[in-house]
Amino acid sequence: MELFGIWVAALLTLGIFSFLYKDNPVYKICESIFIGVSAGYWAIANFFDALHKKFWVGVFPTDGSDPNYMLWFGALLGVLMLLRLSSKIGWIARWPLAFIVGATAGLYMMLYFVSNAMNQVASTMRDVIVTSPETHLIMWGETIGSILIVIGVVSGLVYFFFSKEHKGVFGYTARVGIWFLMITFGAHFGYTVMSRMSLLIGRIDFLFRDWLHLLN
Amino acid sequence: MKFISIYFVLLVSLSVSAQTNDNDSTSLLVNDSLTIKIAPPTSVIVEDYKYDDADNLQLHWVPSIDDMPQDGKVVRYRIYQSTNNGSFVLVDSVNFSVNMKKIEGLAIDSTYQFMVSAVSKNYEAKSNKTITIQTEREWINFNLASLFLIALLITSAVIYFIETARRGKELFVRKIAGLEAVDEAIGRATEMGRPILFIPGIHDMDDVQTLAAITILGKVARQVADYDTKIRMPVARSLVMTAARETIKTAYQTAGRPDAYNDDMVNYITDEQFGYVAAVDGIMVREKPATIFLLGAFFAESLILAETGNSVGAIQIAGTARPAQLPFFIAACDFTLIGEELFAASAYLSGEPKMLGSLKGQDVGKAIAMGVIIVGVISITLGEAYGIEFFSNITSSIQSFFTVNK
Repeated sequence: MELFGIWVAALLTLGIFSFLYKDNPVYKICESIFIGVSAGYWAIANFFDALHKKFWVGVFPTDGSDPNYMLWFGALLGVLMLLRLSSKIGWIARWPLAFIVGATAGLYMMLYFVSNAMNQVASTMRDVIVTSPETHLIMWGETIGSILIVIGVVSGLVYFFFSKEHKGVFGYTARVGIWFLMITFGAHFGYTVMSRMSLLIGRIDFLFRDWLHLLN
Repeated sequence: MKFISIYFVLLVSLSVSAQTNDNDSTSLLVNDSLTIKIAPPTSVIVEDYKYDDADNLQLHWVPSIDDMPQDGKVVRYRIYQSTNNGSFVLVDSVNFSVNMKKIEGLAIDSTYQFMVSAVSKNYEAKSNKTITIQTEREWINFNLASLFLIALLITSAVIYFIETARRGKELFVRKIAGLEAVDEAIGRATEMGRPILFIPGIHDMDDVQTLAAITILGKVARQVADYDTKIRMPVARSLVMTAARETIKTAYQTAGRPDAYNDDMVNYITDEQFGYVAAVDGIMVREKPATIFLLGAFFAESLILAETGNSVGAIQIAGTARPAQLPFFIAACDFTLIGEELFAASAYLSGEPKMLGSLKGQDVGKAIAMGVIIVGVISITLGEAYGIEFFSNITSSIQSFFTVNK
């Protein structure tokens, strides 16, 4: 059975890789299997994780704990969502959607504001001339690092300021900001490509070691 | 000789006896020295934990007088809890030198009493019991006062700008390169007679990036309806499918062409990340869309999608707030909305007072942030360089204001 699994995985891997040449029937078969299996998997996983484990067990507990009646509200929203199948009262399905969108926006607004704005502001306020506590000499590495952080944050904010045209000093500052962003993206790019290479190596290792036994 | 022998035997006996007695006394001494007696912690105080949902208490104590790190006599403190006047049970322990502990997971309708013991290697000295206490619920968390004030300031600015826009005053928003290209991209698809592919990322409606993508979809769909262009939108989440169908339907109705709308414009593929990617890649190479929008929350699939779109010759407009995926979009797409540009895009495209006011209000927030950072940096640098405490205190005050303790 394990051997059968390895052969299936290897053939599906090669089928997906065949897309690198061009779209072909083998890729289409692999794609359909992938989509079908994953859609089926998620349907069952959602049924047991959400409907059974969260809702059913929550409202009809068997371990002696109190039922969580709030879950009925979630169930009601779910039923309202299904009303879109009706042409007459399908408009009611907008209510649960509006609830989800509104609740999400409200919940995340403060969360993001704290982590992405307030904490960033507090952390950026730093001494840009860093000296050694013992010798009182300037520590050039830390000093340059602090200056870069402050310039990067301020110029980045200027770039994302939408109420003023990027002209003159403001425009030059915004350009400095975009340079900082691009250098950051470049570093991210290199880092991520390296991690993707390790994924590719993992797949090739599977093909040559587990399937073809060409590697020990 | 006989006497000498008797004397020798007596001497040996006495010696052995003395040795035995010595050993006994040594043993007693050793046992005493192994028991490391220590004093208990004192002044154990329990009080309500401020600004919580009545599920925590705060316990303080004065450490044992034998709790000296260099001596190592006290190794830890044990915390005993009595619930509803029941017996005391061990609930937690902390290392030596620690003198407080937040007791979590309590119930509002129960009473609690605590006891703390100092523990050495082989001895435990228990403190007196604390008073009996109940947890309390606070309705306002004053730890978040600074957050409230800044949110109030920005919200006031947003409301002010919304009202200004409603009164008809034109609010200036600078051009965003990626959005300037939207009209051109839709026009290109119309001229070529090929579809537009709109990918809203792989997250659900609880992600603000997906919300921004759906808002932009409204504008794109309106133009698509006007030009009678074909739009295709495969999605990875059922709620996104529902929201997208509603958005496109509304756009077609606004354009006066409700009959041209079809539910099949938006179709669910799968929740599985790479299953979705495989399907979208297949759609790209088979239908060869003229224009592809990649707007929303993207992860490892970003480069796969953008590269495939690039290979079929589509004009691509991408946007995400995920810094790790932006490099791939910048490399493979024609226009990229970086971070907040994605959120600004919806306001820019719609031109609605509410959205424009919100965007301008956020700019006020950014201006405040820039000003505060510059003041803070100058103050702390002057304060540290010249040893002027006043300047250092300014920065400390600002930092404590902006540091939120939940």
